[in-house]
Amino acid sequence: MNHKPGFAIQLKLKRASFSIDLELDLPLNGITAVFGPSGSGKTSLLRCLAGLEEAQGYIRIGDQTWLDSGRHLSTPTWKREIGYVFQEASLFEHLSVRDNIYFGLKRVKQSHGSAGLREAVSLLGIEHLLGRSIQSLSGGERQRVAIARALATQPKLLLLDEPLASLDVARRREVLPWLERLHDALKMPMVYVTHAMEELARLADYVVLLEHGRVGACGPLTEVTRSRELALAIGDEAGIISSAIVVDRDEVHHLAQLLFGGTKLWVRDQGLTIGQTVRIRMLARDVSLTKTVQEDTTIQNHLSGIIESIDTLLHPGQAVVRVRCSQEILMAHVTLRSLQRLELRPGSPVWCQVKSVALML
Amino acid sequence: MNQLSDAWPAIALTLKLASLSSFLLLIIATPLAWWLSQTKSLWRKPIGALITLPLVLPPTVLGFYILVLLGPKGWVGQLTQSLGIGVWSFSFTGLLIGSLVFSLPFAVQPIQYAFEAIGKRPLEVAATLRASPIDTFFSVALPLAKPGLLTATVLSFAHTIGEFGVVLMIGGNIPGQTRVVSTQIFGYVESMAYVEAHLLSAGMLAFSFLVLLALGQLKSRSDKVLT
Repeated sequence: MNHKPGFAIQLKLKRASFSIDLELDLPLNGITAVFGPSGSGKTSLLRCLAGLEEAQGYIRIGDQTWLDSGRHLSTPTWKREIGYVFQEASLFEHLSVRDNIYFGLKRVKQSHGSAGLREAVSLLGIEHLLGRSIQSLSGGERQRVAIARALATQPKLLLLDEPLASLDVARRREVLPWLERLHDALKMPMVYVTHAMEELARLADYVVLLEHGRVGACGPLTEVTRSRELALAIGDEAGIISSAIVVDRDEVHHLAQLLFGGTKLWVRDQGLTIGQTVRIRMLARDVSLTKTVQEDTTIQNHLSGIIESIDTLLHPGQAVVRVRCSQEILMAHVTLRSLQRLELRPGSPVWCQVKSVALML
Repeated sequence: MNQLSDAWPAIALTLKLASLSSFLLLIIATPLAWWLSQTKSLWRKPIGALITLPLVLPPTVLGFYILVLLGPKGWVGQLTQSLGIGVWSFSFTGLLIGSLVFSLPFAVQPIQYAFEAIGKRPLEVAATLRASPIDTFFSVALPLAKPGLLTATVLSFAHTIGEFGVVLMIGGNIPGQTRVVSTQIFGYVESMAYVEAHLLSAGMLAFSFLVLLALGQLKSRSDKVLT
């Protein structure tokens, strides 16, 4: 385990109110979302990765070891090649926007040059803000400057601690597309702490579900969103996320057909092209179950499958049912009473009626 | 009236003492205040209390102890004698040392509060942007604590000008060497030179008022910058 290349983390941390005890092997590219309720230790995990919090264990990324308590080794924060975006923008109030962005850049070895700076500034669209003072920026602009500042040093690892949490809904919509741009443009691994399903669905490639400082589930986004652990952890917002390919269009009715895990789905056409890959999100509360295929219904999509598992949710009358439909797992929120009435149990064949599918472009 | 000519050396000496001690205090108090604002050591409280002592002790008590320490039989006095410097009691150096001790809380406290007001976050941000702890101190903590540093300088300057007890105990009121404005006024009153005492006192009053006014002005300006 100790000499495998990659991004290996093993941490033990004890605090008065909670503890962390986890072991993770994360991918060296894309966005890893650390997801979980507040108090689950998400921020502490991020702070340990940055060296802002002392912990036992080891952290190794690529060829660098930042923590190895067995060898009494702990690289101080300022020597770790990280970028860190805090929940609030935390810009230096005594410096201009430009000097804030140059702060980190001035302190890295010159070999990097200012390529990172130009890339960061244009990726976040803040060229026009450079001459401004911090005090004149809006909340969303501040956060974009803070992200650019963290990126300018071209870190080995970018850590983001709920960067949208301090913003209102409108500002969040303003910043989210910039984060999606980062996701597409950057190769460095990012660890993104969030408790918002929306951000998870849009940004994550890999998900770590944290519960009381322990790993509840982890794996690629599409896998984790099908897991019982995540479905139980998020309750109402449970649903699967998957990628699908556009295979047909009904231009008269403005619908598009997606091929998705061996089955087909009709969705609203938002100007898709055939052959395009899209990310879809299907909420469990938008899926209902029937024993026979229903023809006299307004619902377009009927997928047949076999019940894999039934779990009760926080509310005792509600259950989440996981149904295998060819190579896919679908999830449905139903009442326990309906399950009893229809005599559904693991192994029963059912039809899933999908009321709506959200496309995330 | 011709006695007022003695006042000029006293005024010059006072200004020299005040500028030198507020300058030195800034150098001594800033690291001390930084340590007090950052440390989790058990020594924090006792050392904080020790620095604050001059605020509550009668200046004569403080002056007495410093005099004993600096005198021919005190630890410091024996050290300075063995180094061939002589004795610092009843000299300008002794006066300066007394002023430094006496005004220390006035310099340390505003700076310490300013450092504490910055909070942990900007320092953590600097660390994530590759700034070493010393670099962070100079490029983040000091600039953000500027209002506190200004207040500390003005307060220790004004407080040194206003001291009397310590000066009298350590300096001994020697004209041209250790006689400052406050002891000069005392001298005038003792020799019943009320006109001169009036003039010098009024000068002190006006000066102190102006200092406090300037301090208020500085404060409101820096508040505006920071919000």
